[in-house]
Amino acid sequence: MVQLPPDLLNPLMWILALPLSGAAFLAVVPRWRQAAWLNVLISLGTFLASLALFSHRPEPGNLLFIDDFNIYLVVLTAFVGFTTAMFSAAYINRESKSKRLSPKHLRFYHAMYQAFLFTMLLALTANNIGVMWVAVEAATLTTVLMVSLYRTREAIEAAWKYFILCSVGIGLALFGTILVYLAAQPVMGDGAPAMAWTLMIKRASLFQPELMSLAFAFLLVGYGTKVGLAPLHAWLPDAHAEGPTPISAVLSGLLLNVALYAILRFKMLMAVNPQALQPGPLMIGMGCSSIFIAAFMLYRRGDIKRLFAYSSVEHMGIMTFAFGMGGPLANFAGLLHMTMHSLVKSAIFFAVGLITQATGTKRIADIRGLTASQPLLGWCFVVGVLAIAGLPPMGIFMSEFLVVSSTFERNPLLAVPVMLGLLVTFGALILRMTGMAFGEPSPLPGLDIGKRPSAFTYSVGMLPMGAHLLLALAAGIYLPEPLVVWFQSVAKMLG
Amino acid sequence: MSLGHFAYSTAHLIGATVLMMGFGLLYQRRMTAVINTYSFQAMALAAAAAWQAYVQNAPHLYATAAIALVFKGMLVPFALNWLVKQLGIHRTVETALGIGPTMIVGVGLVALSIVLVLPVTESATAMTRENLALAMSVVLLGLLMMITRRNAVTQVVGFMALENGLILAAVGAKGMPLVVEISIAFSVLVAMTLFGIFFFRIRERFDTLDLAYLETFRGERQ
Repeated sequence: MVQLPPDLLNPLMWILALPLSGAAFLAVVPRWRQAAWLNVLISLGTFLASLALFSHRPEPGNLLFIDDFNIYLVVLTAFVGFTTAMFSAAYINRESKSKRLSPKHLRFYHAMYQAFLFTMLLALTANNIGVMWVAVEAATLTTVLMVSLYRTREAIEAAWKYFILCSVGIGLALFGTILVYLAAQPVMGDGAPAMAWTLMIKRASLFQPELMSLAFAFLLVGYGTKVGLAPLHAWLPDAHAEGPTPISAVLSGLLLNVALYAILRFKMLMAVNPQALQPGPLMIGMGCSSIFIAAFMLYRRGDIKRLFAYSSVEHMGIMTFAFGMGGPLANFAGLLHMTMHSLVKSAIFFAVGLITQATGTKRIADIRGLTASQPLLGWCFVVGVLAIAGLPPMGIFMSEFLVVSSTFERNPLLAVPVMLGLLVTFGALILRMTGMAFGEPSPLPGLDIGKRPSAFTYSVGMLPMGAHLLLALAAGIYLPEPLVVWFQSVAKMLG
Repeated sequence: MSLGHFAYSTAHLIGATVLMMGFGLLYQRRMTAVINTYSFQAMALAAAAAWQAYVQNAPHLYATAAIALVFKGMLVPFALNWLVKQLGIHRTVETALGIGPTMIVGVGLVALSIVLVLPVTESATAMTRENLALAMSVVLLGLLMMITRRNAVTQVVGFMALENGLILAAVGAKGMPLVVEISIAFSVLVAMTLFGIFFFRIRERFDTLDLAYLETFRGERQ
């Protein structure tokens, strides 16, 4: 018997090594068709490795760790990464046939896609606030490059804006990180222990409270820029609108979650330190402002991708609000909302990608009668929008209901702005959706791709969307018992 | 005691030099002068990192010092000067807020960071405290420069000045790990931007790097 080295049996190693080596490999694969499928395969491998975490949870190490909180985000990230890779294969197929992207750009795109997954997974599993910061910074860099992929004037402006705003954001987050280290260092001693989550959380009550308060202000503004919390959200709609649609899906569905995860980890340190500033009110304030600004911005949107980008700002606001309220029920609702929003919002972006390819436009006014011209796609789009607007029986209804009812229970006045924001958003989304989905179909000039896509490409494009919507529906009707217990335990951890 | 005091005074002096260069960036009116001032700031940062490496007996900080000296102090200014020449960018700095008011706001920001940092770090050593206050001032001045200068190159210089402040804070935090990795990560970020501005994007697409000019597209044309 050959004894395998222990690292090979550690799923965590595979989760990080697969996308990293995949990025290097895809950078040299010359044919985009093979690259697209390899991209799917590598992402599938990462997803399977992440599932193995449930049975083989590794011991926390110096640099990486897995606990109850991040395991679920790792699995969610790997899953959405995999389904988006599938959608991307179908999407890229059409884009390249219509000559919008050259083979060189596509090679770059696939390598960057895996690099992006790697940085997100590293940020989620890092057991060191410095490593996490480096990973978030690298995630910004890879997405900036992908947003500018089309090289149009608008794409470059969007990428520039994204780069400048988020660089400043992560710069401030680094300053906050240094302050946390300075607060921890007298207690934990010099060096790496004063930056490790697993060690810091045990003794965080002894950290110097004033320094922690100052640090949290920087961290909230810094990582909050990346979450897209209003008024720091200016980069988000542009970056979502101008990049390739699969990237919009992972930006909204995953990257915003990763940034919020960073804030929540620091909030956990604050929560065990009673003399430090209470992070709750700050987060509630930023959450409310995001919900409001996004809700009213939704009415004036003329571009379909920007519409849903603002909807992401609103949903990140709801989550931040829920976590700011704190307590078992609101945290539970926030975690559920994070999951549901990832699934539903990426499904909507898949639909939007197919719609813009079929109609050849992103202007809402030019898209009409989708349910008549493209029945399956049109109805999936309708279901997705109803889900994101918060109608039952989809999962988002349940999480929003929990957010509002737990707020009513504890502070009824705070529930009023949230309810108002939700209603305004609902109106805006339904208004835009009915215009696009029903009525006299608009002509479908579409992208010039020669012939209709094959049945295979078509189903590869549709499958991820269907899977996401079904999962969101299933979660809305029945949450399995183990999942509930697990959400509850994480909600308790978050304090 | 005497060495400790000397170490503290020297660190203070070098930190203050970095801060003065931060102010210097705000009142320059010519592009070349802005780039040169940035170069001096990076060299002062290199001195600060090297001094901390010596005082804390932390050899890895010499690597940070070397990155600051060679990459930020020499290569980046050289690349920026070349970029300005190649792209035919305006040689005068275009401001969104006049020089005088900017300086006044800058002084206010330094006062703010001293007021914020000194009371909350009473338990830390004097060296850490003052270094942190200086570093936060440099960060805020960099932010101010990004806000009040309209041209893309001066905005990038503002971002790099902000980053100098962050590295100053990181080298002053005793025993902080990963400082070298963080400075490398920032250098990659900066290099990618300069590369991006030049090779692919902005040269072939825009006649000017003035961001007000880029703002023509709002994405909401009905």
